[in-house]
Amino acid sequence: MSPSAAARQIDPPANGLPSHAGIYHYDQVDRDFLKERVEQFRRQVARRLAGELTEDEFKPLRLMNGLYLQLHAYMLRIAVPYGILTSRQVRQFGRIARQYDKGFGHFTTRQNLQFNWIKLVDVPAILDLLAEVDMHAIQTSGNCIRNVTSDQFAGVASDEVVDPRHYAEVLRQWSTLHPEFSFLPRKFKIAITGSSADRAAICIHDVGLIAKRDAEGAVGFEVYVGGGLGRTPFIAKKLRDFLPEDELIAYLEAVLRVYNAYGRRDNIYKARIKILVHELGIDTFRDEVEAEFARMPVAQYRLEPAILDGIRARFASQPYEVLEPISGVLARARLEDQAFNRWVRTNVAAHRQPGYAIATITLKPAGGIPGDVSAEQVDVIADLADRYSFGEIRVTHEQNLVLAHVRQDDLPALWKALADIGFGEANSGLITDIIACPGLDYCALANARSIPLAQRISERFADLDRQHDIGELKIKISGCINACGHHHVGHIGILGVDKKGVEAYQLTLGGSAAEVGAIGDIMGPALSADETLDAIDAVVGVYLDRRQDGERFLDTLARIGHTPFKDKVYAAH
Amino acid sequence: MPLIETGKLVDDAWVHLGDDDALPAADVPVIVSLARFHKDRDTLVGRNGGLGIWLASSQHPKDIADHLADFALVALDFPKFRDGRGFTIARELREHLGYRGVIRATGHTLPDQYLALVRCGVSQVEIPEGRDPALWAHALTEISTAYQVSVAGPLSMARLSRHKKTEHAA
Repeated sequence: MSPSAAARQIDPPANGLPSHAGIYHYDQVDRDFLKERVEQFRRQVARRLAGELTEDEFKPLRLMNGLYLQLHAYMLRIAVPYGILTSRQVRQFGRIARQYDKGFGHFTTRQNLQFNWIKLVDVPAILDLLAEVDMHAIQTSGNCIRNVTSDQFAGVASDEVVDPRHYAEVLRQWSTLHPEFSFLPRKFKIAITGSSADRAAICIHDVGLIAKRDAEGAVGFEVYVGGGLGRTPFIAKKLRDFLPEDELIAYLEAVLRVYNAYGRRDNIYKARIKILVHELGIDTFRDEVEAEFARMPVAQYRLEPAILDGIRARFASQPYEVLEPISGVLARARLEDQAFNRWVRTNVAAHRQPGYAIATITLKPAGGIPGDVSAEQVDVIADLADRYSFGEIRVTHEQNLVLAHVRQDDLPALWKALADIGFGEANSGLITDIIACPGLDYCALANARSIPLAQRISERFADLDRQHDIGELKIKISGCINACGHHHVGHIGILGVDKKGVEAYQLTLGGSAAEVGAIGDIMGPALSADETLDAIDAVVGVYLDRRQDGERFLDTLARIGHTPFKDKVYAAH
Repeated sequence: MPLIETGKLVDDAWVHLGDDDALPAADVPVIVSLARFHKDRDTLVGRNGGLGIWLASSQHPKDIADHLADFALVALDFPKFRDGRGFTIARELREHLGYRGVIRATGHTLPDQYLALVRCGVSQVEIPEGRDPALWAHALTEISTAYQVSVAGPLSMARLSRHKKTEHAA
């Protein structure tokens, strides 16, 4: 039987959604729930507007529905469960952007989408529009279990051991309005991957899960706990080497119970689980979790194979054509067009299905705002997804999009269409593929602006020949110590600080959110924006001078140490 | 404080007894702190009226595990509604310690938390003065789907599979 004949559609087509998109397709239970949840929030807004709820009481309720009050307006953060969307859902974003925002939206490091110019009274109507396409803003903020994140290549990566989407969906449902864990000491983020290469940055999450298989092929999880950034960054520590599949929920309940009971509530900056793990020590923390786990009526929490089968059945599979593993069309196009060839090198990854490829759409055009997409661009991307990728679009934690099922033959046409809307840049993983938080342009917490700095760096390094020569180099910018831009794990990290009332930037070197995570080291005193640009140039210069064959930036840094870089950057000071 | 049980206002026969308050008539049920309980245990357990224990959110069920049979009621304090420790304490009392008496939430809670409290095993809520009790009644019916196991049901993860219809919280 050919793969296409075996492809599973969800029948009946879910709410008119493209039925082959690799999302979890809602059933009536999910839709009924969502409707009730929207109504609940509508009443909460009404109570707030009528003065029956104080702002202090309303705040956690609105946050649990993704609604922040920022500098100029409300921001609504919409959940994209483990980063996978349908074209219809993406078009609905465009509609909301036009009708209720300023015509654009912003993809975030947690694979979500934010609208930055929202009015409180409009929120219930926006939630209705989202619910039409099985979407919501539940638990995208607040001191609860947040929207679960995962590998953007889940289910298609050639290096994948276990498809993490089904477990991510289990976690999504289990964590939705969890009665015990909705008023935790602080937010709680879970990331899951099932590949040897970690594209989900699990080491910087409250809980990180690596799905894997034992010698007999049974699925289990390597469990990490206590990672996180913010003002006290930690790389997560290993809690369990192999948690059997059916114990996943029971064990996570045990972790959260220990956290909810013992996590600090006296100081918001010490309330994350990373502090509890640090203060107890990983061994004591593990003992507490195992003691709780041992007391639990584990059978009640067992994730039976039948449950997983039920979840899997709600994921469509894709009707792939049977193709030659190597596309002649692609090979010729790469030879004929150097610019296209370059894009393939950086933005196209190997797919497990012969003749197919995974295409990353970097939302980082030269001088652009990382993660920003206009309603017009969103519509084009939705069309391209329908034409080339079974109507499916994914969001990455690096604020890019992915079309995960593109025929290699179609890559040249796809690239041209993307270039037409300004998203054909061949820079995935390169120095201009910058992560940046919203910064002082939007955020009430920020010390400094992030976006304009990202734009200037992007302009400074716009030359693609130079970018490709530099190779893999990840810059991550946060406008304050809360570290939403992941600066701690940037190869070059940039932190906005307030230097006597003036915006300034502190640089770190050597961070990484890959398989072996690392927190970067501070280079030296904070710099102005102009000096920061020159400093990055200087760091790159040292790397290019000193690198040996095949060394990436991090390799050279590890070999020669930080001193040559610091000396160069601060030579003029 | 108005008292809510299964969504309705009910009379409250219980008296919160301060650590230095004199005992009321022997048939009046009292709720005492853990300190008072330890100080006056013999007197308290011998009374005809029921005995209830009040736990701060920083106190732990294991502190009363050995004496649970003495208590017809356990009151859990929510010093502010954001302090969610009481949810875990209630669930632990039911799930691990098998407590079958009344669990009462005291302090600052919101109607928006009522369903979750019930699902974690709380049976009564003292609601702040001046709040509309109808909101609490309504809160029990707002969300009819429970995606996860809880002591008030469902008692298995089967809901996730949609294969079996399971009972869940009222």
